[in-house]
Order: sequence, then structure tokens, then C-alpha cells
Amino acid sequence: MARIHLSNLAHSYSANPTSEADYALKRLDLVWDDGSAYALLGPSGCGKTTLLNIISGLITPSEGKILFGEEDVTHLPTAARNIAQVFQFPVVYDTMTVRENLAFPLVNRGADRDYVRRRVEQIADMIGMSDVLDRPAKRLTADAKQKISLGRGMVREDVNAILFDEPLTVIDPHMKWELRTQLKALHREFGHTMIYVTHDQTEALTFADKVVVMYDGQVVQTGTPAELFERPAHTFVGYFIGSPGMNVLPARVEGTSAMVEGVEIPLGAAYPALSGKVEIGIRPEFVTLSKDGPGLPVRVERIEDVGRHRIVRLAFFGREINVVVPEGVSVSKDMNRVVLEPERIGVYVEDRLVEGQMMQGRAA
Amino acid sequence: MAQAALVQAQGATLARTKAAAGPRVKTSAVIMTLYLVFLLLPIYWLLNMSLKDNSEILSSFSLWPQDLTFDNYRTILTDASWYMGYVNSMIYVVLNTVISVSVALPAAYAFSRYRFLGDKHLFFWLLTNRMAPPAVFALPFFQLYSSVGLFDTHIAVALAHCLFNVPLAVWILEGFMRGVPKEIDETAYIDGYSFPRFFVRIFMPLIASGIGVAAFFCFMFSWVELLLSRTLTSVDAKPIAATMTRTVSASGLDWGVLAAAGILTIVPGALVIWFVRNYIAKGFALGRV
Amino acid sequence: MDKTVNQKAWFLVLPVLVLVAFSAVIPLMTVVNYSFQDTFGNNVFFWAGFEWYEEVLASERIRDALGRQILFSAIILAIEVPLGILIALCMPRKGVWVSVCLVLMALPLLIPWNVVGTIWQVFARVDIGLLGRTLSELGIDYNYTQDALDAWITIIVMDVWHWTSLVALLAYAGLVSIPSAYYQAAKIDQASRWKVFRYIELPKMQGVLLIAILLRFMDSFMIYTEPFVLTGGGPGNATTFLSIDLVKTAIGQFDLGPAAAFSLIYFLVILLISWVFYTVMVNLEKKEGV
Repeated sequence: MARIHLSNLAHSYSANPTSEADYALKRLDLVWDDGSAYALLGPSGCGKTTLLNIISGLITPSEGKILFGEEDVTHLPTAARNIAQVFQFPVVYDTMTVRENLAFPLVNRGADRDYVRRRVEQIADMIGMSDVLDRPAKRLTADAKQKISLGRGMVREDVNAILFDEPLTVIDPHMKWELRTQLKALHREFGHTMIYVTHDQTEALTFADKVVVMYDGQVVQTGTPAELFERPAHTFVGYFIGSPGMNVLPARVEGTSAMVEGVEIPLGAAYPALSGKVEIGIRPEFVTLSKDGPGLPVRVERIEDVGRHRIVRLAFFGREINVVVPEGVSVSKDMNRVVLEPERIGVYVEDRLVEGQMMQGRAA
Repeated sequence: MAQAALVQAQGATLARTKAAAGPRVKTSAVIMTLYLVFLLLPIYWLLNMSLKDNSEILSSFSLWPQDLTFDNYRTILTDASWYMGYVNSMIYVVLNTVISVSVALPAAYAFSRYRFLGDKHLFFWLLTNRMAPPAVFALPFFQLYSSVGLFDTHIAVALAHCLFNVPLAVWILEGFMRGVPKEIDETAYIDGYSFPRFFVRIFMPLIASGIGVAAFFCFMFSWVELLLSRTLTSVDAKPIAATMTRTVSASGLDWGVLAAAGILTIVPGALVIWFVRNYIAKGFALGRV
Repeated sequence: MDKTVNQKAWFLVLPVLVLVAFSAVIPLMTVVNYSFQDTFGNNVFFWAGFEWYEEVLASERIRDALGRQILFSAIILAIEVPLGILIALCMPRKGVWVSVCLVLMALPLLIPWNVVGTIWQVFARVDIGLLGRTLSELGIDYNYTQDALDAWITIIVMDVWHWTSLVALLAYAGLVSIPSAYYQAAKIDQASRWKVFRYIELPKMQGVLLIAILLRFMDSFMIYTEPFVLTGGGPGNATTFLSIDLVKTAIGQFDLGPAAAFSLIYFLVILLISWVFYTVMVNLEKKEGV
């Protein structure tokens, strides 16, 4: 096992990429620590599958290098990389039994028969399929088939990393949770590096130690689930993670305040004069609603009760602001002011977070 | 360290496999090319002969026409007994395709959506007709169509070809229709569509490629068939295929004209293939043949 | 998909039933009728019982034709199925060459069957054909109109030329429908090319190959036009297959009774063999599954 380093990587499917738009994967530099569980999160078509296939060696990147530990594996074929991959749709060899399926990678590598038998039984035990070992793989349910794919990956002891490409897409909802729990347990027990591609934030946030968010061929943020929630580095992260997503308002920012639709909003930090597309973003959880209090003038459009809390949809000069109101706080239709918590407001230029200067004290 | 060495060793073996894979790609190209040459050579030879006159065909042997002539084609395109053969063939082929597909559509829908008394047996029985040797039917067809006064008409041949084309069309269309989710039908009924309107406006566009594939195969099997079409016609509806066989026996061996006629029978098929080329593989994969 | 029970569906099937009844049932009844009767002309028929069946089953001529027919179909299947799979594997998967290959391969399938005969007639003739001429220039004694073996080889090569593309196109359709994940998994599992074929491609092609084998069997068993044009069943009776023999009896000699009995036996043989094929293959699939 080794650390995986994607150094200065970029990939384009066209032979002669001329512009930025030709790249399915824009230049990035990324390190995957050994033994961590990662989620690669992003909408369909953002390049996450391309990135996965580059790691597993199914695609050779047009630029940059892949290092496993210190070794350059950029031009090594898939089989030499000791990577396991579980695909979106279960891949099992239909005509083989479960046992033959699990043994296949070892047999192909010419392993000793006794060893294969022992190892297969060990793996079957791990994925909980010991009792169906001699059944044909064809007749099993989708989740059992996915377990076989996983087992086929783990059967090799020298596996560097296990990659998952939206593995729960075809699994029944009630089995999803169970499979994910089992994955977590296997990870804790055996410590393989795992990279889990998904477009489902719940899957990503519950599975991973670290989440890598991709958007439009770029990695826009890498961090723990809490970091992604509290300090989205990109408006897309704010919008994609959390439900409802972050409120984003176009603004003019100067010093410690932002002007939105002619209304001044205090910020938690000081910024130089910013140019380009400037926006401020704040999570619905950090907005407080009141009647005739201080803050921005709004009108309540709709109140949605989603169980543990309520979501209030507000109109603010034709823009929508969402507020999450926790349990036990009353809301009424005639509330008309909101206050945004200054420390929780992020300032974004061209969609990227800009760090402001923390103030020593308001009076100074 | 040891592991790095191992990885490197594996890399080396794989690099070798990859090197071996290089020529393999070429091997497949070579096999493919040889196969295509095998397919095209006889056709080329026919084309070559159609551009020579009879004396050149019989007296000299050359890989291409020494004395290029289009006389053979001129003969066919100006002589009604020749070109009417093409017209007749086209008429009954198109008739057959239209009849086969239009009766097969509702039947395929019934088989794909409903269970009814004897459905499985009926389906299998339909398919057995595809297995019936035309030779078995040649004589009874001749008597049947003669007795109802349809002998030597286009419709007779078109109906006779329904024997194998209708089961085929039902089979292909049923395969495509099964791929359309049933919820679409139900939604349409809830929206107040009547069955015929739903079928024509909503359902048929959804299986358009299936209809295309079915029509393609009906066209193909009707176009290439000779035994029944020859048996059921004499003058007025005589197909080009029959014209060719009779001319061979009657006027001796006019190889040049025969070759030209043969080339001209390939043209409609080639045109049809060209138009449906993008659907062929898809059609084969989605439906059946 | 669960289907609803609906007897009204019969109305949808009705047009097909009427049409097929007209073009299959009535003629077939006529055949059955003839097969049990005899005539001295003048449309006067009388009951002949199983006489014609006995005659047909005892006829050495027909038995020989049946033997030739079975041998022919067996050879055809043994060549065309593996060759078709090989061609499908060699076909390009993307790019302009796919269209080119598809169109060129489908070409022989759309040539009228008698023209197929004509093409090979002029191609294989020793005096004017490229193939025949080349072979004799090479000093090989080849003449399909005189020599039975040469006639057989020519007809088989012609049928391979005519129909291998059908098998190849079907197999190709099966191949392109395999999701790329299977190939990627095989790469990760370090499967050899042979194993990819044996454990991924072949199982996934099973369905289309079953159809291909059935179609090729049925059509080769009914072959008439191509050998009729090419050899006319000769030299002697060397290439007289069942259909050629039947048409000779029925339309050539107008022996209605024997021809009808022959027809029915012929039809039943095809049905029987097709059914056996089908059951065996379906069972094979099941056995692998259980």
C-alpha cells in the first residue's frame, strides 16, 4: 500500500486540446493518503469517473504523472497497479460460481491452489458470503453481486487502493445503508485506501474521512465533511452540499461591509476592494428571521416543515433566500426581517472564496 | 523495496503483453480486410463482366474491361420486358413490407402487453411459419391464388411473402415493444388518450427504430426471394429475379446482360443498407432477427 | 414485465391470424389433403391412406437427398458460426470504419438469391470466371459442373460468402452491448484475451448466437435457389437437396400425392430439429444457471 500522488495531472479526450473547455479534467495536484477513506463528490459529467479511471490505469492522462509512493506508474497498465475497482453496475462472471469469481484474479496471476482456496474462503467470510460460495453468480441479487466485485478486489493482498464508481446506483434503498455500513467496517478493519465516487452527498458525507468535491473538471475543495459545510471554498460546494444549499447573493464588498441591493450587510472580516463577479454566501442555518427587527427587508413566501426543522423561503428584491428554523423557534407569515451572522458570511470572487483580514477589534 | 521490484517485474511482463497486443490489433484488421475482399471480389467480377460485351467476355480474360461498354445496361433500361421486372419487384416488395408491418404492429403490442388464452402457443405457431420451407408452399399457393383469380398479380406475391415476413415482423417488434415501460401506456390512458390515438401518436414514435428494423428485414426477405414469386407470376407481375432465370434459358447465354441485370438488383439493397446503416447494429442488438 | 390478462387482445392479433390463415393454413390443408389422396387426372381424387408416406419414406432418392441436406447444414453451421464470431471480434468498434464494414458486410444479404447463384456461376466458371480460371491456371483440376466434390465445395463457399455476415452482424450486436465495465474489470483481474472471450464475450453472446444458429440451420435446410441456379442439383444428383428434389417432384412432374407427403415430412423434420436445438440450448443455459 502506498500514498497516491496525482502530480500536475490533466486529461483531454481530444487529441489536440486547444482551449480549457477541451479538458475533461483540468490541471490538478492531489495527494491521497494511505489508508484513508475518500469520497469523490460531484454532479454527473464533472470528470470524477475520468479521474478514477486515471488512477486505476484504464485511461492514460494526457499530461502529468501518477505516483504510487515514490514510483511513477503513469504508464503502467491496470493489472500492474494492484488497484481494485467496483463499478456502477455489478460486474460478475456469469458462468462462474461465486468461488470461481473470487478466485479469478488470483488464478490469473498463477497463484498456488491451496493458497487460492484459503484466501477465497477468508474473503467470503469477510463479505459474508461463505454460505453461497458454490452457487452460480448469475442468479444473485444486485447487492450480492456488488459484494462479489468488492471481494474480487480485496482477494489480492497487495492491493494499493479500492476504487468505487457509484457502487450503490442499482442497489435497493434499504440495502444501501447496510452495504455502506459493511464497507465502513471493512475499511476500519483492513485499512485499505478507498476512493468512493458518488453524486450523492449523504453517501459521501457518511462514508468518507475526507471529501473531494469536483465541478466542471476541477477539484474545487478537499476537506472533512465539517469543513465543507462550514467553509465552502467554492459557491458550487456551498450549493451542492447542504439542504437547502447556501444562499448566494451578488454584492459589492468594501472593507467590512457588503452592499446587496442597496442594503448594507456587516461582514466578519475586512476585504480590499474587489472586482469581477463578487458574491456573498451564507448557509440557511446561520440566518435569523424576525418581525420588524434589524436586518434586510424580506417577505415570507412559503414555510416548509421537513420534520426536525422548517425551511422558510423568503423573497428579497426578487431573489430567494432560504432560512432553516430549528425546532422550538416560532415562525409566522408576517415576519419581515433577516439578520445574517457576520462571521458565517463568505465572500466569493468568480465563485472562489476570498480570505478576508480578521479584525482585531471593532473599535480599532 | 521488494514490492517495487515486483511491481516493476510485473510491469515488464505487461509491457511485453502490450507489445504483443499491438500486432493483434493489426491481425484483426488483416482478417477483416481479407473477409471484405472475399465478399467484394465476386461482386467486382460481376461488375467487370457487365461492362464488357459478350465477345470480349468469351474471347479474352482480363481483370478489367479492355473495351468499356455500357450497352448491357442500355439494353436493360430500354427494354420493357427487362425494366418492368424491377418495377414489379419493387411494387410487391413495398406492398409486402407495408402489409407485414401494419398487421404485425397491433399483434406485437398484444403479445408484449397482455396475457390471453393461448398466447404462447399462438406466438410459437407464428414462428413455425418462419420455418416452413417455401418449396412446400409453392404448389398449394399456385392453386390457391389461381382459384381466387389472383395469379400473376403483385398482391399475390406480397401476400405469399407474408408467410415468413409477418412472423418475423411480429417477433422483431415484440422485442422492441417489451423495452418500452408499461407506465407510458397507463399515463396516456389517464391523460385521456384513446387506444388508436395513443398507439399512433405516442407509442409508434417510441419504437420508430424497431419499425425501421422490421421494415428493413421484410424488405430484404421479400426482395431476395425467388421461388414463390416466380411460381405465382407469369407475365404481368414477373419479378426481375425470374426474368433473369428465364432469359438465361431462353436466349442462350448473354453473359453481359445477365451480369448487368445482376448488378442492378444489388443497387436497391445497397441503397437501403446505406440509409439504415446506423440502425443495423442497434436493431440487431435491441430486437431480434 | 407483468402482463395483464386481457382476452380482448385477441382483436389485436386478429389481422395477423386472418392473414396467416390465408397464406399458411389453407395451403397447408391442401397439402395435407393431397397427401392422403390419389388421382388419375380430371380432378377426381380418392383416398390413398398412408400410401404416399410409405412411398416417400422408402424412397432411396429422397433419403439420399435428406442425407445430403443434413451433411450440408452441418458443414455450413460448423464453418459459419465460428467464422462469424471471429469476424465480429475483428470488427472495429468505433470510427468511420464501423459503418463501412457494416454496409459492405450486409451487402451479400440483400442480393436476390438467384443473383447470388449467378454471381458464383460467373465467378467460378473455368472459362470466364476469376476463381475457376485462377485455379486451373494454378494447375488444379477444378470444374464444378463436372466434379461432385468441386460442386459441393463451390456451394459451401458460396453459402459462406452469402450468410457468414448474418452471423457476424448478430455476434457483433451482442459484443457491442457488453458494458465497458466488464472489460475494465477483466483488465484489473489480469484476465488473458482468451479468458475475456471465454468468460465475458461468449456468455454475453449466447442469446444472439442461439438465434444465429437457429436461423442458419433453418435457412440452410431449406436452401433452394442458389444451388438451383449454380448447379441445377448436379452433376448427377450430387447437389440435389431436399427443396430442389421437392420442386422437381411437385412442379416438374406434378406428382401431387408424393410431393405433398414429402412436404409434410420435410416440414416436420425442420420443426423437430429446430425444437431439439432450441430445447438443448435453453437447457444448457439453465444448467449453467442452476
